[in-house]
Amino acid sequence: MTVYLIRRLMQSAVVVLAMTIILFLGVYAIGDPVEILISPDADQIERERAIAALGLDQPLWLQYLTFLENALRGDLGRSFVFNEPALRLILQKMPATLELALAATLFAVLLGLPLGLWAGLRPEALSSRVIMAGSILGFSLPTFWVGLMLIMVFAVELGWLPSTGRGPTAEFLGLHWSFLTLEGLRHLVLPAINLSLFKISLVIRLTRAGVRETVLMDYVKFARAKGLAPRRVIFVHVLKNIMIPVLTVTALEFGSTIAFSVVTESIFAWPGMGKLIIDSIYVLDRPVIVAYLMIIVLMFILLNFVVDVMYSALDPRVRLQDQRG
Amino acid sequence: MTLVSGFRRALIGATMLGGVLACPAAEGQTVTIAVGAPITSIDPHYHNLAPNNAMAEHIFERLVQTDERARPMPGLAESWRALDDTTWEFRLRPGVKFHNGSDFTADDVAFTIARAPNVPNSPSSFGIYTRAVAEVQVVDPLTVRFRTRSVYPLLPTDLAQVAILDRETHQNAATEDFNSGKVAFGTGPYRFIRYVPGDRIELERNDSHWGPRQPWQRVNYRIVVNDAARTAALLAGDVDLIDQVATTDIARLRADPRVSISEIVGLRIIYLHLDRSRSDGTPFVTGPNGEPLGRNPLDDLRVRRALSLSIDRAAIVERVMEGAAIPAGQFLPEGTFGHVPGLEAPKYDPEAARRLLVEAGFPNGLRVTLHGPSDRYVNDARIIQAIGQMWTRIGIRTTVEPLPWTTFIARAGRQEFSLFLVGWGSATGEASSPLRSLVATFDREKGFGASNRGRYSNKQLDALLERALATVDDAAREKLLQDATRIAIEDVGIIPLHIQKNVWAARRGFIHTARADELTRAMDVAPAR
Repeated sequence: MTVYLIRRLMQSAVVVLAMTIILFLGVYAIGDPVEILISPDADQIERERAIAALGLDQPLWLQYLTFLENALRGDLGRSFVFNEPALRLILQKMPATLELALAATLFAVLLGLPLGLWAGLRPEALSSRVIMAGSILGFSLPTFWVGLMLIMVFAVELGWLPSTGRGPTAEFLGLHWSFLTLEGLRHLVLPAINLSLFKISLVIRLTRAGVRETVLMDYVKFARAKGLAPRRVIFVHVLKNIMIPVLTVTALEFGSTIAFSVVTESIFAWPGMGKLIIDSIYVLDRPVIVAYLMIIVLMFILLNFVVDVMYSALDPRVRLQDQRG
Repeated sequence: MTLVSGFRRALIGATMLGGVLACPAAEGQTVTIAVGAPITSIDPHYHNLAPNNAMAEHIFERLVQTDERARPMPGLAESWRALDDTTWEFRLRPGVKFHNGSDFTADDVAFTIARAPNVPNSPSSFGIYTRAVAEVQVVDPLTVRFRTRSVYPLLPTDLAQVAILDRETHQNAATEDFNSGKVAFGTGPYRFIRYVPGDRIELERNDSHWGPRQPWQRVNYRIVVNDAARTAALLAGDVDLIDQVATTDIARLRADPRVSISEIVGLRIIYLHLDRSRSDGTPFVTGPNGEPLGRNPLDDLRVRRALSLSIDRAAIVERVMEGAAIPAGQFLPEGTFGHVPGLEAPKYDPEAARRLLVEAGFPNGLRVTLHGPSDRYVNDARIIQAIGQMWTRIGIRTTVEPLPWTTFIARAGRQEFSLFLVGWGSATGEASSPLRSLVATFDREKGFGASNRGRYSNKQLDALLERALATVDDAAREKLLQDATRIAIEDVGIIPLHIQKNVWAARRGFIHTARADELTRAMDVAPAR
């Protein structure tokens, strides 16, 4: 286990270093931030001043080394646009995205698992067919369209829920959260539903497929023959065994929700990280783009690691060890 | 997000059929405004960007302010005059206090002029507006004199862009201290409460402001970038005013009794640049079969005129812009300083254009690529598509290539295109701004032609412009600017297309006065009586 951990950590460090190079070169190959940021009224002298102020007059390798040196000290650069540390900007936005992603993932698990289980156990029932048809819709409807429709029905037509924004927030652990206030929760509902539709469908289909496969297994038949209560058969023998793929997908989906909930955040004007990154790309705020993607890389490495550890908890046959060892 | 606009019709259409929401007028004296462009800083000197400047006008004030048609009027200065060719005297408003109680005096003006060009890390500083000032003399607490490096008639116009800060409060203030609210104290009609980047700014009325009392106790200024979401928020009653109304929504909102539209002809011209930087052939203009020509046809006035005459501006304004623009024949609309009366948009005349092409030696036409941004100006990609079809009709086979602004503008600045669409907003609202930046010969030392990405050059025009910039007398200067404009247009230095209208939509109960400079401000919103 320890050897595995160390090896895993070293691999991650190499991945992170490689990502800094790829990111830096990639981001620095696009466009010219000064052309985007500078007032059109500026003359050539002012343009030269701005280029120097943003450090863009340095050769690329020097810019990269400076970035790397600062990154090792935990400083991922200052935003060109906001003149604040990129890391702080992103972390300020994190609670908004985190609570949205958590709410969406919660919906996905709480609704997706039971529905998938039901559909897997009674594949021929009309209710199961309805569930499966619904999941196809959830898969195929474009997020932005569903988002606009949700706004139209629940905000514009019925007036039950607010159309956009995050509403008032309450402070908890030094950060601002909206799920702690009633008004904040009302703002959270629509975007969370919008984000979760795809995930609910995904979990339904994964669960159903797993259940369909597992109920035919010998050990399930044996458990039934042994006279165990159906409840125990389903929740211990079936559900626990299908959790591995569901867990993997849910965790990765959670990661990508945090990283790429751009569309939902834009439509609902939800001030999260997705909106920050899209705004930053639009104005070529390079430090923020690089810092953001670095955080995402780290997050996915961490998520994968957590999933690996949870595998071994769920399935004793999985052992965390070096493949060769 | 182009797909969204398609669904917007469905969204709005369905909304029209639905129930009508109650809209209580000015409840609790709060106004909520949703703007389409992000505000990136509260420091009024950090980033010279229109949305930031609009926000700054709530909290901070300038010596000279501008009215809704961009004409100068007294701000923190009650009056100003030129003492001689290089000295300006400004008389300051007495009894003005900053939000933290500090007095506003001439010394604060001197401090402001020193700070504006020197904000660390600024991606676009206000130094361009203070550069002409050689020295600030504090005569007495309410009188300040500016000595300029040379004759500089535009000083009051330039100072209308620079927010005044307080020496005591802002001596060592960093941009972050403004964003956090620590030093966000100005003299303006609203006080700063809170700024959440990318989300919203909250303001409250400054009850001790010198000007007319504002009707709103609180202002919520929200950033909603998505066009459809902004319209939906207005219709849902979550916000009271939205700016940058999408052209596809205007007609429907106009018909909606819950909403009123306010609009004005703006100061932003949409035009085409022509590559004049090389005479041995330009990369995206070739013969009819794609063969290189060995010369640049855009150097031929007849070709340039043919390109301009074959554009049906009225059709673009009516169909693509859905009426939210006026056809343009020069840089600025009527009523601005330097507008040339009678210089109309060229009449659509494909026959004359074809004849000019034949005269220029291209009876079989040309093959060109027209570039433009796809996400910068209102309907930009659709405008170049329309132009491409019009040119193809007179035998200039046009390929249209819209690009994201981030890559487009860098390539345009390197003269990589032959024909391309850009826009120009004259922040100062007078003709020297477009003349100096767009058509004057590119010259680093003089600061001319900084945005002249086609590298058009005309000595006669340069001479007139230089004389105008050294003429203090307003009437004489306007005449020179008009002459320079006439030359640029008759020589087809650029091809003007249209001038945009700025469009806002307010909920019933709120009345908004539209501004030519595109700024969205709570000061322009009043409760309906």
